[in-house]
Amino acid sequence: MRSVLSLTVNGRAREDLVADNMLLLDYLREVAGLTGTKQGCDGGECGACTVLVDDQPRLACSTLAHQVAGKRIETIEGLATRGRLSALQQAFHEKLGTQCGFCTPGMIMAAEALLRRNPDPSRDEIKAALSGNLCRCTGYVKIVESVETAVRAREAAE
Amino acid sequence: MSGSVGQPIDRVDGPAKVGGKARYAADFRPSGVVYGAIVTAAIAKGRIAALDTTAAEAIPGVISVIHHGNAPQLAYAPMDPRPIVDPKTGEALRVFQNDQVLFAGQPIALVVAEEPEQAIQAAALVRASYAVGNAASDFSHASLEARPPEESRHPGGKPGALRRGDADAAFAAATRRVDASYEQPAEFHCAIELHGTIARWDHDHLTLWDKTQWVDNDRTEMAHVFGIPDDNVRVISPFVGGAFGSALRSWPHVAAAALASLLVNRPVELVLTRRQQFSSVGYRPRTVQRVRLGADDNGRLTAVIHEAVAQTSAYEEYAEMVIEPPAMLYSTPTLRADYRLAPMNVNTPCPMRAPGIVTGTLALELAMDELAEACDLDPLRLRLLNYAERDENKNLPWSSKSLRQCYAIGAERFGWSRRPSAPASRRDGHWLVGYGMASAVYPAHRAPATAHAELRADGTASVTSAASDMGPGTYTSMTQVAADELGLPINAVQFELGDSLMPPAPVHGGSMTMASVGSAVQAACRALRAKALDLEHPNRLPQDRGAMQQAYARLLARHRLDCLTAETEAMPDDAAGRFSMYAFGAVFAEVRVDAELGEIRVPRLLGVYAAGRIVNPKTARSQCIGGMVGGLGMALTERGQWDDRFGKIMNASLADYLVPVNADVQSIEALFVPEEDPWVNPLGVKGVGEIALVGVAPAILNAIHNATGRRIRSLPATLEKVMGC
Ligand code: FES
Ligand code: FES
Repeated sequence: MRSVLSLTVNGRAREDLVADNMLLLDYLREVAGLTGTKQGCDGGECGACTVLVDDQPRLACSTLAHQVAGKRIETIEGLATRGRLSALQQAFHEKLGTQCGFCTPGMIMAAEALLRRNPDPSRDEIKAALSGNLCRCTGYVKIVESVETAVRAREAAE
Repeated sequence: MSGSVGQPIDRVDGPAKVGGKARYAADFRPSGVVYGAIVTAAIAKGRIAALDTTAAEAIPGVISVIHHGNAPQLAYAPMDPRPIVDPKTGEALRVFQNDQVLFAGQPIALVVAEEPEQAIQAAALVRASYAVGNAASDFSHASLEARPPEESRHPGGKPGALRRGDADAAFAAATRRVDASYEQPAEFHCAIELHGTIARWDHDHLTLWDKTQWVDNDRTEMAHVFGIPDDNVRVISPFVGGAFGSALRSWPHVAAAALASLLVNRPVELVLTRRQQFSSVGYRPRTVQRVRLGADDNGRLTAVIHEAVAQTSAYEEYAEMVIEPPAMLYSTPTLRADYRLAPMNVNTPCPMRAPGIVTGTLALELAMDELAEACDLDPLRLRLLNYAERDENKNLPWSSKSLRQCYAIGAERFGWSRRPSAPASRRDGHWLVGYGMASAVYPAHRAPATAHAELRADGTASVTSAASDMGPGTYTSMTQVAADELGLPINAVQFELGDSLMPPAPVHGGSMTMASVGSAVQAACRALRAKALDLEHPNRLPQDRGAMQQAYARLLARHRLDCLTAETEAMPDDAAGRFSMYAFGAVFAEVRVDAELGEIRVPRLLGVYAAGRIVNPKTARSQCIGGMVGGLGMALTERGQWDDRFGKIMNASLADYLVPVNADVQSIEALFVPEEDPWVNPLGVKGVGEIALVGVAPAILNAIHNATGRRIRSLPATLEKVMGC
């Protein structure tokens, strides 16, 4: 069965005819063409598919597209403003929060959700917020440092 | 002019990666693409008696269900010589060519559908019935039949035995002895990117967007599978989401995707599920090692005896250099090392970060810690006493070796002198505290590589080679090398990789990309600069990097050239025949074990490496930290578990196969000892990708002994083992 799905993706309203059993992950990647959101497991194990739904982190691989009808979806592609990287993205770049880069979009989106609800998290709060996101390359050290750097950069900019 | 090599340059591909714009294999979208899902065998050995696809075919959107009953016979022409990433004995698994089942999880059918969900649903509805055979599924059973690798009988094959003097007699005569067996379970790469391929045919030309560490070999293998010329296949792989060895070979699913695309006449995307990654691509083989060390009363080694048995598949013999570290890491007058393989009904193992070396070093370094105790010596002192001044295995001098400095700097920085001298003697509240250390080693390889360099009309340069970047920073380090040779700023150079149409590069593995491709990039850029200088008097070229770009642009304009190019192949010289080349390191670990609960924490891990020249300390340090965390997983959490009765992997998910998570990681530090090596390669680099994993697990296990007095001889060191249950 297919039905019309309307929602906003990265600030843009969309309407698509979408199968009822289509995952949000496949909707974003295959229908909306936003391949920045990644898949790393069979469901709920790795966090690579993390996106924001109404500011909350959500696993796109374990969410049906129709479940988020009418909501505000944000993906990694929506973070930069007019080509300028966000503070988090910039920090992940400079502090080497990324190696192969595959966990990075999910990692950044999970961190973004954290900073929206808690702009000044402690190291433990950062680790807890990213506890559902696996990385096999960096050993996490640089990822946590990246988020801390972004926190400071955001504070300095205020 | 100050060079960028050796500087902590930001990743050139960083903005693409943090922006979600880096394109991995499954991110390409050829128009009309459809989706594949694999059906796997539920038994470990036997024959497919019947395959019922009716229910699967009834799912809307399903285009085809491909299996041995309807697939054409493919050429599968033998490759001669075999690619170095393939086992030398046996035959790679062929997809859908007959009804035989050789291991549980083997691909037996492929569903193709318009949407991914349709393919997944239909794949679950394919019903197979089997004539079940007698599978070799129990390792302890299979290891009784273990035999030396077939390839050890051929020149260039990995050895099945190494001998120096009469080690058994020397061991019998030794006054201090260790005799222990160590078990390392199968370990899985678990890169976060799933293996995936998109295949598209245009008449008799095949294009593959694939997760691979070697586009050139992927091209050649697929050309042989389909019996078409190499030139008819193009493989594209600009970004690899981690691989650690799992994407060296072309696995059966790559051929399956290409076959499906041929049959349905549409581009086909096939991404393995996480569960399928545990049986469709390789893993580090389970290996049991018995080590006997003999020493005199002063702690000088008199005998090293090392016997290793590893699992392999029933259809290929995958062999590793497990017996190398015990043969060369310390000085010993006598040595006997034997390596045997136990064929089982499993899929073929493959190299995983520091293949073989990490395994052999694990057993040796655990045994050395036991010997230190038997000799009543500090473990670091024991290693210094047995320091190898030359490679006694190859009987060659080292090209360079700075392991002593690694020990000294590491011990100082870590505070090794404060190590509790007796096991289980230090307590901090309910924590038992212990220190441990181990040596690390990995050979420095190099292979021929070619690079193409081009100066463009605007004075910028573009450099290409069919290399790969699974995360360490190939894009960045090659850009640095090219920029330095051409005298240009980093942002005026663009390096591209990951396309089999580019000049050939060797496999992105064995820590040899920098040595091989880096040397080619250096040579090509040097040749290009020489061409430019032929056109222009050197005095008229500026010293300043900013001005160089304009100078090149003016030069090209004056000579009415659109571009200026050079292509150079860089070959290893004969130095590898005169010197033994290895990177070395020392790893130190502090461990805390909860006295009541057995919980193990690793508050501090320090690795000190001597790996020749470090091109980019920023990316290299980060790569080492990541590797060390891999070692932490090996020590404490990672274990692939088969059900010995049925030969099925039981923990085939990231929820059950435990890779380290954020909470496992505390203070991790990686340092580099400055080292000049004039022999390894023109850049003087040895590579750091593999060595970072070596030595970590034994350092942690040795620290657990120091903390608790308990010797754990099988990985991973879990709570029940430290509690002695
Ligand atoms: S893809 Fe792994 S949690 Fe969603
Ligand atoms: S950077 Fe590769 S998985 Fe995190």
